[in-house]
Amino acid sequence: MSSERPVFRHPQAAKNSAGYSRKDYEGAISTLCAGCGHDSTTNAIIQACFELAIEPHRVAKMSGIGCSSKTPAYFLGRSHGFNAVHGRMPAIAAGANMANRELLYIGISGDGDTASIGMGQFAHALRRNLNLNYICMNNGCYGLTKGQDSATADRGSAGKKGEPNPYSAIDLCKLAIELGASYVARGFSGDKQQLVPLIKGAFAHNGLAFIDVISPCVTFNNTSTSTKSYEYVREHIEATNTFDFIPLQQEILAHYPEGTSQEVVMHDGSIISLHKSEAGKEVTSRRLALDGLEEEKAKGRLLTGLLYVDPQSVDTHDIVNSTLRPLNTLGEADLCPGGATLAKLMDGWR
Amino acid sequence: MNNIARTNDFVVRFANVNGSGSASANNLFAKAIFRMGVPVSPKNIFPSNIQGLPTWYEVRVSDRGYLARRGGYDLAVAVNGQTLLRDYLDLPPGGYFLYDSTRELSADFDRKDVTLLPVPLTELCNTAFEHPKLRQLLKNIIYVGALASLLDMEFTVLTEAVERQYAKNAKLAGPNIKALELGHDYAATHLAGRCQLKVQRIDGVGERILVDGNTAFGLGALYGGATVVGWYPITPSTSVIEAFEKYCRKFRVEQDGGRRKVAILQAEDEMAALGIVIGASWNGARAFTATSGPGISLMGELLGLGYFAEIPAVVLNVQRAGPSTGMPTRTQQADILSSAYASHGDTKHPLLFPSDPRECFEMAADALDLAERLQTPVLVLSDLDLGMNDNLSPPFTWDDGRRYDRGKVLSHDDLEQRQEKWGRYLDVDGDGICYRTYPGTHPAKGSYFTRGTSHNEYSGYTEDNVIYQTGMERLTRKWQTAKSLVPGPVLAMRDATSPLGAIFVGSSAAAAFEAFDLLAEKGIVINAMRLRAFPFADEVYRFIKAHRQVFVIEQNRDAQLRTLLVNEGDVDPAKLPPVLHFDGLPITATTICAQIEALLSSNRQTPTQDGGRR
Repeated sequence: MSSERPVFRHPQAAKNSAGYSRKDYEGAISTLCAGCGHDSTTNAIIQACFELAIEPHRVAKMSGIGCSSKTPAYFLGRSHGFNAVHGRMPAIAAGANMANRELLYIGISGDGDTASIGMGQFAHALRRNLNLNYICMNNGCYGLTKGQDSATADRGSAGKKGEPNPYSAIDLCKLAIELGASYVARGFSGDKQQLVPLIKGAFAHNGLAFIDVISPCVTFNNTSTSTKSYEYVREHIEATNTFDFIPLQQEILAHYPEGTSQEVVMHDGSIISLHKSEAGKEVTSRRLALDGLEEEKAKGRLLTGLLYVDPQSVDTHDIVNSTLRPLNTLGEADLCPGGATLAKLMDGWR
Repeated sequence: MNNIARTNDFVVRFANVNGSGSASANNLFAKAIFRMGVPVSPKNIFPSNIQGLPTWYEVRVSDRGYLARRGGYDLAVAVNGQTLLRDYLDLPPGGYFLYDSTRELSADFDRKDVTLLPVPLTELCNTAFEHPKLRQLLKNIIYVGALASLLDMEFTVLTEAVERQYAKNAKLAGPNIKALELGHDYAATHLAGRCQLKVQRIDGVGERILVDGNTAFGLGALYGGATVVGWYPITPSTSVIEAFEKYCRKFRVEQDGGRRKVAILQAEDEMAALGIVIGASWNGARAFTATSGPGISLMGELLGLGYFAEIPAVVLNVQRAGPSTGMPTRTQQADILSSAYASHGDTKHPLLFPSDPRECFEMAADALDLAERLQTPVLVLSDLDLGMNDNLSPPFTWDDGRRYDRGKVLSHDDLEQRQEKWGRYLDVDGDGICYRTYPGTHPAKGSYFTRGTSHNEYSGYTEDNVIYQTGMERLTRKWQTAKSLVPGPVLAMRDATSPLGAIFVGSSAAAAFEAFDLLAEKGIVINAMRLRAFPFADEVYRFIKAHRQVFVIEQNRDAQLRTLLVNEGDVDPAKLPPVLHFDGLPITATTICAQIEALLSSNRQTPTQDGGRR
């Protein structure tokens, strides 16, 4: 069930440059458990869209199946949404994106949806570099079916049932970098300050932006024995960088914060300026990104932040060399060669 | 010895090794007969293998226009050592055996009722041509030249065909023509008068063309305005996409910049292929995929989503012999049930059944209209025989006044002017079809949330039992609407008073009509109905009612079309005796005749309770 929010809006509510208030980016009231990490992630998405002044109807929300995949009902209520089939969000998002390259696509998935049943589609969406803001709300367990371990659960981690997970975990960020992702980040639903810029950067990215959001399940996997609990994540988090996202419209006015050690100019001209904890870690190096993840893992830490970005990324449309016009706007004049041409083709088969 | 002596009515069987370049030589032969105005039907019988295994190519020549596989052959062109003896032994008495006499035949080849046509192919070829790679290809062309002489074919038709084929590569035309001449001259000198099979120019082809169904599918999808394709390679459907892509390179390139007005994605599997199609269709682009049986199985879950969330999708299913991997390079009509009822829950999908390349072309385009009009997946069922073999077909036409039927879609202005509240699943017109919107249409109106879970008329999530059931009932109403939109059956009445009828679909048609001619000669008169779509029109059940017995002819073991007929209408199953063929080769008239005659004679032995008058 989802219920609608009251339509009342405070007359003095702040509006963004597109004339929308923050409320215009909200959706129905969440039916997830109180305290669910996904709701915080949802809020970060709302915040990012509001701050970027994205027109809500220019966004299409895609998702698979699972607790996380329910969340598109809870943000951007003015956008079209598609809660599809378990593990198949990437393909459906690919088709949608091929039909109209002018919209923004946000794909919501979870660790079961991405790392198990949808692993193949995840991998191939990355290979194709679909222009999609792919957010995986990762809680290490299957919530809707009551707490089974997922493929991202760490070995030895135990949820509410108390049985330690015997299998090794899939690190989706490492995998994404290996598979050719062009924007890879990890956030924590409990750290909105870091998460909102990561989402904004993803919107500016031309290609698949993958954000693995550690998003604890309060009901089934928030135990003291779980490595995906709020407490554990807070204690073991290691931010690779903090950054400011400067959208294109503000570029000229931008005041670059002090201590910036690296700037990345995105495809649309937006700028990500990174505040580094350590010097020398190039966020545009695939190899260094993987090294960073490995190093922190060896220390028992979970690396978060923007892990890798390829600002020169080329998306699926450019790979298949499709028209700059939305394909769904083309009609007979563009698509059909007509009767006379057909008659000529017939001669080739005589 | 009585040699088979026939003009314009015989079968030649080429026995080759696959991957040896025989296909183009054999095609050249078939095309030459076609260009002499004689109806011809070539069928490729090939293994699931790229190189080295036996492959056959049967060419039926029929001045009466019978285009089904006939069964048997009168002349073997045997150039595959592995099958040489079998190709020889399977000849009927009076048949002809053309072979490469560079090597002598063994003592096993001792039939007295077969005429040998020895041509030293290897020797002729190696003497005339230096290039080792060319030698292998041209050896095949030499036997075509020999056949031209043996069958009294117009030699210029062949040389012109070669010149046309190599118009852009004149270097290759020369050696090919020389090879044709070598074979022709050898046969004229050494084998004159030995063969009593002849090809004689007639006017039996008219406007018709010779093309494979998969090419027609690809071209139909292009004409129908498909702009997004998700696909996964699977025999025998792969060439549908290859053809579509070929025509896109020709017709879908923008003048300035060379970008393409299409997006073709080779997917990671068939689930993703259909996912791409559904995503694109949801977002207002015309999209399709092509697949075969195993692909349909994988697409099952998404077909259910498309049905329940009401999203258009077009699936071109080129059927092959199953189950499982089955016989990937052999033909069947065995996905009828799996396509009609694909997915979990109560689902059914409109099916279209083309029976020649023209219908493949038309139905690919029509399916795009139907899917959008009905907001549901539509499957078009061809098969390997129709899809991969060249079929004689009426030419394709396109009415330039035709507009794509995009179905019930609300534009920005529609939403702006609308007074009443819009609901995605609100049946305003009473035909079960609701109005949809594309994402991004309007800043404030018309957005909705699509889901495979149950929804109310305003696309809100619900588990309310009454709302769910009402929604399912509306989908039934939509199914009734579909009945009036899909192409109706084609009736061929021989005699309205005859108690016997037959029903069939797709590539079974040619063999069925030939069988009815043969049966008519024996006084068995059969009225025919070729179905072109599911849901079945009421007319189909009236046809069944009007006959005592209606044979359901199809190419699968389990009588799937018959099951569908029994399941979907008020009909006594006993009235529908099945006529089945499922060995992986295209069905023949002989098979149909034999089964119908057997069924009729068993009728006589065991009269029904009411004395056979029903």
